Amino acid sequence: MASVAIDEVYKSFGAVEILHGVSVNIEDGEFVTLVGPSGCGKSTLLRMIAGLEKISRGQIAIGERVVNNVAPKERDVAMVFQNYALYPHMTVAENMAFSLMLKGVSKPESDAGVRRAAEILGLVPLLARYPRQLSGGQRQRVAMGRAIVRDPAVFLFDEPLSNLDAKLRVQMRAEIKELHQRLKTTTVYVTHDQIEAMTMADKIVVMHDGIVEQIGPPLELYDRPNNLFVASFIGSPAMNLLRGEIATGGSPSFRGAGGISVPLASALSIPNGEPVVLGIRPEHLRLSDDQGIPVIVAVVEPTGSEVQLIGRTAGGEEIVANFRERHSFTPGETIRLTAEPSLIHLFHGETGQRFQTRTDQ
Amino acid sequence: MLPAAALLLVFLTYPLGLGVWLGFTDARIGRPGIFIGIENYEYLWSDAVFWLSVFNTLLYTISASILKFALGLWLALILNQNLPFKSFFRAIVLLPWVVPTVLSAIAFWWIYDSQFSILSWALQQMGLIDHRINFLGDPENARASVIAANVWRGIPFVAITLLAGLQTIPQSLYEAATLDGASRWQLFRYVTLPLLTPIIAITMTFSVLFTFTDFQLIYVLTRGGPVNATHLMATLSFQRGISGGQLGEGAAIAVAMIPFLLAAILFSYFGLQRRKWQQGGGD
Ligand SMILES: Nc1ncnc2c1ncn2[C@@H]1O[C@H](COP(=O)(O)OP(=O)(O)OP(=O)(O)O)[C@@H](O)[C@H]1O
Ligand SMILES: [Mg+2]
Repeated sequence: MASVAIDEVYKSFGAVEILHGVSVNIEDGEFVTLVGPSGCGKSTLLRMIAGLEKISRGQIAIGERVVNNVAPKERDVAMVFQNYALYPHMTVAENMAFSLMLKGVSKPESDAGVRRAAEILGLVPLLARYPRQLSGGQRQRVAMGRAIVRDPAVFLFDEPLSNLDAKLRVQMRAEIKELHQRLKTTTVYVTHDQIEAMTMADKIVVMHDGIVEQIGPPLELYDRPNNLFVASFIGSPAMNLLRGEIATGGSPSFRGAGGISVPLASALSIPNGEPVVLGIRPEHLRLSDDQGIPVIVAVVEPTGSEVQLIGRTAGGEEIVANFRERHSFTPGETIRLTAEPSLIHLFHGETGQRFQTRTDQ
Repeated sequence: MLPAAALLLVFLTYPLGLGVWLGFTDARIGRPGIFIGIENYEYLWSDAVFWLSVFNTLLYTISASILKFALGLWLALILNQNLPFKSFFRAIVLLPWVVPTVLSAIAFWWIYDSQFSILSWALQQMGLIDHRINFLGDPENARASVIAANVWRGIPFVAITLLAGLQTIPQSLYEAATLDGASRWQLFRYVTLPLLTPIIAITMTFSVLFTFTDFQLIYVLTRGGPVNATHLMATLSFQRGISGGQLGEGAAIAVAMIPFLLAAILFSYFGLQRRKWQQGGGD
């Protein structure tokens, strides 16, 4: 087990720089997910930790040791690849024993190690099979088995679930999390699925175009996104975002397109007329009789546990609201939605940075 | 469907059948033979030159195939790396194969010429030898020379097919094995080689068949000489059957090649069967 310290790391492929100074500190035993849209450099960063890509600038340390010039096999990391990368000509048992064999571990000891890992992952009946004879989920488990047999300092996962169907993904998600709770090995897990990131991680690193947008525990990212990118990336359905400006005449409020006015928390230090983006999570919107944002109902999607409503403001902006109660709406009708001022997020209209509100402190 | 199959059968088997039939006759050029049973074979059985050609053919096939395999694999591994001008080198490697055999044979004939050999000249200039090598005049040298020419000509086929095989091995397997702690040699031994064996089996089967039945190179370079030291079964069959006019005997020599070829095909048939790890569901 070990901590991982990524310090101002840059990566260029030829003339193209794709990581622009990334710093992340990962504690010993922590489960960290790297999340971000496709092409933002998650896999590249992971492969740099593994030693499969050179570090152009900056440094990465595993435990106390800076590993910039340490060969992959000396780094004591195990990686689970997106396509599993199982050796097709080896049985499940041989796949899992391969690293032990290379290390010169004795046969009985290696058998015992494989057995232990196979028991943890429910692979015992499959040990004599070849990868081609396994289902996607089973291959996924073998790939994890190959990693745990080695008892490495750090586990690296690169989108391990993206080739599985939705149901299996949910199941494997829980299995990986349980495995981590059991083994407590430092884990870096790459995904572009924010739900996966939210449900599994102790700490999430949100990446975008080669930089880190925000690092924090899942709920902190959800409750206090640092900027518009994180606000719109974390959470499903996404946060509602409305453009407008601040009006401080009397009690402070937000004025948006189509004459929308939303009251804000009183102690606000934003100057009058400042362009802002207002953010409200769909589940924080409440129905109101006489005040709030007028919304024309477009689509109503009852899922049983909740009702999701998609509507449009007078300014033409889309709004999504989730209700636990079973309201019935008719498309075309106009309803009014309000939100508790303390649950409203404000971002700078140009930079997209969050304005600190009182509840943040 | 049926007429096509019949046509195919006739076209494929008629020449073969005729050849086998001729082997049982005393046909000469210009004179249809009569059936003489296995007399041709009895004669060959006690013919030292025939047995020498069998020995030569085996020596030629085995040593050339081993060399082609080793050098071809080595070349394929080099070409599979990220070299500058990669496609240029790949095109260059194919050259010996696309040049007509007769042309390359003539080139080798010149290279091996007892007076003007560039090889002799170069070695002399480097001070490695003091008189010219008699490449094709000495039995041992001649054998080595024709084998070298055949290897030169056969390497591209082996190298390019193995290269195609190498390119089907996913990069992530090498990365996984690297993280598992494999050295370069262990990557080759435990990942490359086992995953390449199916392609190696196919390639080498074809290579062995081509080499075993080789004719053009020998015919241009040595015509089987000196003193039959480089006569292969194919060249001997041609010499006796066509040049010497003994059609029946020539055919019998050619027919004698069939058991060897069948053995090679059977060997590869079992070697080529899908390995256990290749069976089962998709990817
Ligand atoms: N070997 C390479 N040579 C050149 N560019 C590369 C190379 N590998 C990755 N890139 C580029 O680096 C960027 C980041 O790639 P990376 O694979 O890290 O993205 P990612 O965040 O993992 O995306 P995804 O979610 O699609 O896997 C991409 O723009 C990609 O085109
Ligand atoms: Mg990726």
